[in-house]
Amino acid sequence: MLFSAILTGLVLGGTYALVAMGLTLQYGVARIMNLAYGDIIIAASFGAFVLFTALGLNPLLGMLIVIPAGFALSWLIYAVMLQPLARRSRDRGRLEGDSILATFGLLFVIQGVALVIFGSGFMSYSYLAVPIDILGTTIAANRLLAFGLAITFGLGLWLVLTRTRFGTVIRAVAANPASAPLVGINVDSVARFAFAIGGALAAAGGVVVSMYLTFSATMGVIFTMKALIVVIMGGVGNLMGALAAGLILGLVETLVASFIDPGLTLAATYLIFLAVLVVRPQGLFGKAAR
Amino acid sequence: MKLVLALIALAALAFMPSFAGPYPLGLMIGILGYGVLATAWAMFSGPTRYISLATVAFFGLGAYTVAVLSETLPYPVVLLVAALIGLVVALIVGLATLRLAGIYFVIFTFGLTELVRQLVTYYEVNVTRTLGRYVFLPLGPEHIYWQLLALLAATLAIAFWVRQSRIGLALRVIGDDPVVASHLGIRITRTKLTLFSISCVIMTLAGAIQAPRWTYIEPSIVFNPTTSFLVVIMALLGGPNRLFGPLLGAIPLFLLFEWLSANFPNHYSIILGLLFIAIVFVLPNGVLAAGESLWARMTRKEARA
Repeated sequence: MLFSAILTGLVLGGTYALVAMGLTLQYGVARIMNLAYGDIIIAASFGAFVLFTALGLNPLLGMLIVIPAGFALSWLIYAVMLQPLARRSRDRGRLEGDSILATFGLLFVIQGVALVIFGSGFMSYSYLAVPIDILGTTIAANRLLAFGLAITFGLGLWLVLTRTRFGTVIRAVAANPASAPLVGINVDSVARFAFAIGGALAAAGGVVVSMYLTFSATMGVIFTMKALIVVIMGGVGNLMGALAAGLILGLVETLVASFIDPGLTLAATYLIFLAVLVVRPQGLFGKAAR
Repeated sequence: MKLVLALIALAALAFMPSFAGPYPLGLMIGILGYGVLATAWAMFSGPTRYISLATVAFFGLGAYTVAVLSETLPYPVVLLVAALIGLVVALIVGLATLRLAGIYFVIFTFGLTELVRQLVTYYEVNVTRTLGRYVFLPLGPEHIYWQLLALLAATLAIAFWVRQSRIGLALRVIGDDPVVASHLGIRITRTKLTLFSISCVIMTLAGAIQAPRWTYIEPSIVFNPTTSFLVVIMALLGGPNRLFGPLLGAIPLFLLFEWLSANFPNHYSIILGLLFIAIVFVLPNGVLAAGESLWARMTRKEARA
């Protein structure tokens, strides 16, 4: 019972870590606090759902369509909506305020579109729902696949950011957007690109979520919230921190749900968030800033 | 002079239920309700630019308190208890987040509604084993109208006083530059916490007063996140840094929402979202400020010509 809860928790945590990495890129590099992030995740879940039920495309192949779509959509959102705000605001505080408000509006637009098309009911589809035996406990194959995908994407992103020239450029903008132009970096286009990659990760997370969870049009807020908590726990811009924090969050949630009460998972999440805010506001793994 | 005008307006509004029909009265109650929420929101979020997305968490707490206690306690005591609950929650949220950068506050309030809703649901399902309650109070729409009118007058008076007083000035300094504020010797956290608590107690009371209108209350009704969203748009449209700005924003937007929800119930939130984005883009400081700068530009042109 305990072992199976831990296994489920790790799977859930892997998904949280994956989506939080996208958000940490958007906030850390593009300086946009994106409140519509979870709705992009849910939109991708719906995309995978439609591809699977209408076209019979399995979610792994569906990803080849949904992830580029998420990238393109986020690129467009940044270019049309957020870049003008970024140019208009002189200081970071102003941009944070404006981007929060603008993406708050966007949240209702995306959610509204999803409600019109799919209604407010819970959706799911059955893909690879075969039990697999691991060390005496059984777990559905789709959950294992979801965990594997989350780890693969997370590791891939980490390698790109730390091992390639482009990754170095992104990290330079994250570290100091004011000095980056001095070494010939176009901050505008890097920020746009990072925001779009964040969107692509959200889309990947959405497909992963759709493989093993039921989802509904109004669930985006919850995913945004959890991704934000993971980002803050891990320290803004810290990928490994996001991974660790995501796994912790997933474990705690599953343990609370299976041993205390499923109705209290969000309360547990908030309690952790509060504890982190009070004790280490810079994040569990972040360096003290400000 | 201004005070006399305000009192006359208040007295005139107080007589409205005696000649208005039930439908206009309902509209007026809605406008007053949102006017209170938007004014209370702007009282804290306007000068500090700490965007609170949890208006409905407090509103819903107030409404729920009335639903739970209205049969066991006399009505004024129930209102008092509701205000106390709002105060305690505001203090917890404020103490945890207001010491930190504004972004933590926004994030925390963003999820607060969902948290409170789930906790109330959990409590109702597991402890009292009822989900959904009936509110039977001998209060007609005109009573709710008068209470809301009084609350709005009190809110505006508090907002007016805050703008005049040291604490309001301190809050504006904090909003402009927290570093300067701390060098001036302003107690940043205490100032923010005080204003945040006042604003939240008002929101809680607004929910408590309007509870009898629903008759049937359950968490998904009173903790509807759209309300928080509407309040922010209203305050932004009117201008969160003006005394009457949020109220002026609430009037046209509430009427627009009524019309939209009657005619486009399915596309309601899409239209709202687009409108919201447009307001953030076009009127970052609200209609009143935009009108003033336009007026200033026109008069300057005339002077030059």
